[in-house]
Amino acid sequence: MNQFWVFVRKEMWHILRDKQTLFVLLGMPVAQILIFGFALSNEVKNSKIAVLDLSKDQITQQLIERIDASKYFDLEENLTSPKDIERIFKKGKVKLVLVFENNFDKNLQHTHEAIIQLIADGTDPNVGTTLISYASSIINDYQKELFGNQLILYSIKPEVRMIYNEQLKASYNFVPGVMAMVLLLVCALMTSIAIVKEKELGTMEVLLVSPLNPFFVVISKSIPYLIISILNIVSILLLSYYVLKVPIKGNLILLMGVSILFIITSLSFGLFVSSTTRTQTAAMFGTLIGLFMPTLMFSGFMFPIDNMPWPMQLLSNLIPSKWFFIIVKSVMIKGLGILAIWREVLILLGFTVLMLFISIRKFNKRLDIA
Amino acid sequence: MNNEYIIEVDSLTKKFGSFTAVDKISFTVKRGEIFGFLGANGAGKTTAIKMLSGLLQASSGSARVIDFNINKESEKIKANIGYMSQRFSLYDDLTVLENMKFYGGIYGLSNSKIQMKTDEIVKVLHIQDYKDKLVKSLPLGWKQKLAFSISILHEPPLVFLDEPTGGVDPVTRREFWELIVAAAHQGTTLFVTTHYMDEAEYCDTVSIMVDGRIEAMGSPKYLKEQFNSPDIHTLFVSLARQSKRTEI
Repeated sequence: MNQFWVFVRKEMWHILRDKQTLFVLLGMPVAQILIFGFALSNEVKNSKIAVLDLSKDQITQQLIERIDASKYFDLEENLTSPKDIERIFKKGKVKLVLVFENNFDKNLQHTHEAIIQLIADGTDPNVGTTLISYASSIINDYQKELFGNQLILYSIKPEVRMIYNEQLKASYNFVPGVMAMVLLLVCALMTSIAIVKEKELGTMEVLLVSPLNPFFVVISKSIPYLIISILNIVSILLLSYYVLKVPIKGNLILLMGVSILFIITSLSFGLFVSSTTRTQTAAMFGTLIGLFMPTLMFSGFMFPIDNMPWPMQLLSNLIPSKWFFIIVKSVMIKGLGILAIWREVLILLGFTVLMLFISIRKFNKRLDIA
Repeated sequence: MNNEYIIEVDSLTKKFGSFTAVDKISFTVKRGEIFGFLGANGAGKTTAIKMLSGLLQASSGSARVIDFNINKESEKIKANIGYMSQRFSLYDDLTVLENMKFYGGIYGLSNSKIQMKTDEIVKVLHIQDYKDKLVKSLPLGWKQKLAFSISILHEPPLVFLDEPTGGVDPVTRREFWELIVAAAHQGTTLFVTTHYMDEAEYCDTVSIMVDGRIEAMGSPKYLKEQFNSPDIHTLFVSLARQSKRTEI
């Protein structure tokens, strides 16, 4: 056991000496959370809009003021004719145009039906949908104030409600996603590189001739990355809670527990990669293409799995990050307990045990032809 | 138990599929001698060393290394031998002292023992000024000597050196062999493979391997007389030419 800690100490020396890599490993989650939180956000703030008010009555004026006053929209221009709509969209600055029909107020009073047209720039469908839903909800609020619940503005009124994420906050989606990505990178990528590096250098041979248990070599390599990963989870959770205001609704201990489980899953994949590759480059490409890309595509973090054709949906079941993503969203955002996620937890456990089993077998076999 | 021999090999064989890398070799190594294990590339030297050091399972045959059977007690063998591979085996990004602490540590040496040994090595190699420097800042010759000193840090009775002087200049090779001879004087048995035939002259016993078999074995003097050869180099070339394996 003492020899084990001698080995862990050596790994610590390696990592602490390489300040640049350490800085990247600890800084990456912070940078990703901040970038996703502020720069790459799907949320729309201060979007420029234009208004074509053919009615110019009291109601339309109030409604326009209300929309302009919200933090989501800024009124850029008052249009005078329908021809202007296309012109202003072509300029590209304005993403949404509101058109009030003639005699808006009068129609509303008499026929109980007035038409407002919301035209969004569909070149970016995500932004377009978000803008429409924000604008609709402001209009709905306004009409409720005006008439109580007696009247409705539209003959068909779509009611959009984003459960668990009423404001469609993107951070609810990407915090779990970033966690999955960072843990995979640190654990799977760094561990597999660290192990393969010893093979490349030729030091692995010397270690195997030493009385050190070969599996100790591998396990002690992953311990420093386990510690770094736990630090990463803590920094991600602190940042998302205090800076991005993402609530942690579920049990914090459960959340940490499942994260540590996922760390071990990632480590076991890292071990698997290192047992099948001989060079650092191969290990890197193996992890990036075999683990990282599928995580981006099939975890549900970037692209909704429900929209994929069924073969892809089947394939996504093989991506451990998908299950971790579900678990974190359930625990962190929905506040669910272990009873709601035991199936996903079992799947992750299964992956881990399988990967460890294969890696140990491969590792022992490799010794024989080393 | 025969105390005269530290290694006794009996019909040791290793097959990879249909290829016989090591073909029923038998030999003995005396305690405290320098044993030169010569052979061309691909003759099976490294495979034989790996079997003797517990890295590889033998296909058939047996061997006793120190007092342990290689087929059953490879863990005990590993704890009692030193090993230096043909590739440089220290960590470049660790300091000289850290490398020594690490290798001493994995052989289970106590801190005070490691301290004592490192002081000794630093003194012998004259590297006082370098002990806290990263290994990568050392000249190659020094690294090689340091790697050897570290491979015998835990004072094993037997050390395997697999082409330890590959890529090293003649002056350093000479210094390196002085270290080897010094270790032999202290009672360590050294099992050395090499390509440099002039190095064979340092050995007490030399064996020449061709195509997985040992074709000649004895003291350098005896071999030269027996094969009527002016030096080991000429003898080696004439034996190696009989090889049917393609050279790498």
